Amino acid sequence: MALQDKYAELISTATTMGVANIAVAEKDGVLHVSGTANSTADYDSLWALYNKIDPDMASGDLMMNIDIKADAGAQLKVTTDSTNLNIRKTPTTDGEIVGKAAHEEVVTLVEKTDDSWWKIKTKDGEEGYAYAQYLSPM
Amino acid sequence: MKLKKILRAALFIAAVSVAAVSCKSGEKKDAEIKAAVEEKMKASPDMAGVAVAVKDAVVTLTGEVKDAATKTATETAASSTTDVKSVTNNCTVAPPPPPVPASVTTMLDDATQQKVKDGMKDIKGVTYEFVGEKVVLTGEVTKADRMKIMQMLAAAKAKSDVSKLMDKK
Repeated sequence: MALQDKYAELISTATTMGVANIAVAEKDGVLHVSGTANSTADYDSLWALYNKIDPDMASGDLMMNIDIKADAGAQLKVTTDSTNLNIRKTPTTDGEIVGKAAHEEVVTLVEKTDDSWWKIKTKDGEEGYAYAQYLSPM
Repeated sequence: MKLKKILRAALFIAAVSVAAVSCKSGEKKDAEIKAAVEEKMKASPDMAGVAVAVKDAVVTLTGEVKDAATKTATETAASSTTDVKSVTNNCTVAPPPPPVPASVTTMLDDATQQKVKDGMKDIKGVTYEFVGEKVVLTGEVTKADRMKIMQMLAAAKAKSDVSKLMDKK
């Protein structure tokens, strides 16, 4: 229960924000929190709050598996540092590159394959899998 | 004449014994019903925690059961018991257990390891190894990269040890 107290502000903030399907459980010294945030802004502020409660997230005692609400057809912005985002034939970095999306380009979500890989389509019609970390629902 | 007397005595005895039987419909009968209903409840692990009270052949059930179907089952079992007039079912249905985050049970299997490899590909200056159930990260990172790593690990549902992950000076 101690970890739930430590991250109480995070959980109450997530609840206030309307994060859907919030689930919280503590196991083996790690607090697991999952749910679906309504926007990239909500997601970012939850992570900022995590970073504030546990400076530099150094304790490794929180698994914040929050994703962002995005249905098929949603617009996604490519949020790489500056480089192009590879679009691959299969959901792994071993997959053949079938296209590229430029930094800050807007692409369309085809399906959320899993939490790490999403299938996307560019405006040029290139379709394949990209690493979800670099895609932000708009 | 004598026969008449005997007959009258027999009638009297019969009347008394009928009265005795109907007297049984008081506490003694309630106790019997209670025992019979309790036996039925104990026969099912789902209903074993239900408390039974009987007054004037009316059964009252109380306690918490796991779902609505079990609540119905307690009532059916009680009302089908001999001599039960009616059943008041005050059982409550337990609230569903809170959802559990998927990451609680995920393993650091090949698919998860691959996701970590994929995510770490573009992050410079950090090495990682898979030790038991955890991804152990070593190196120096910028604050932005640290955020990226933590988000990526969470998305992959990979448990981690970041105690050797230092801030870039």
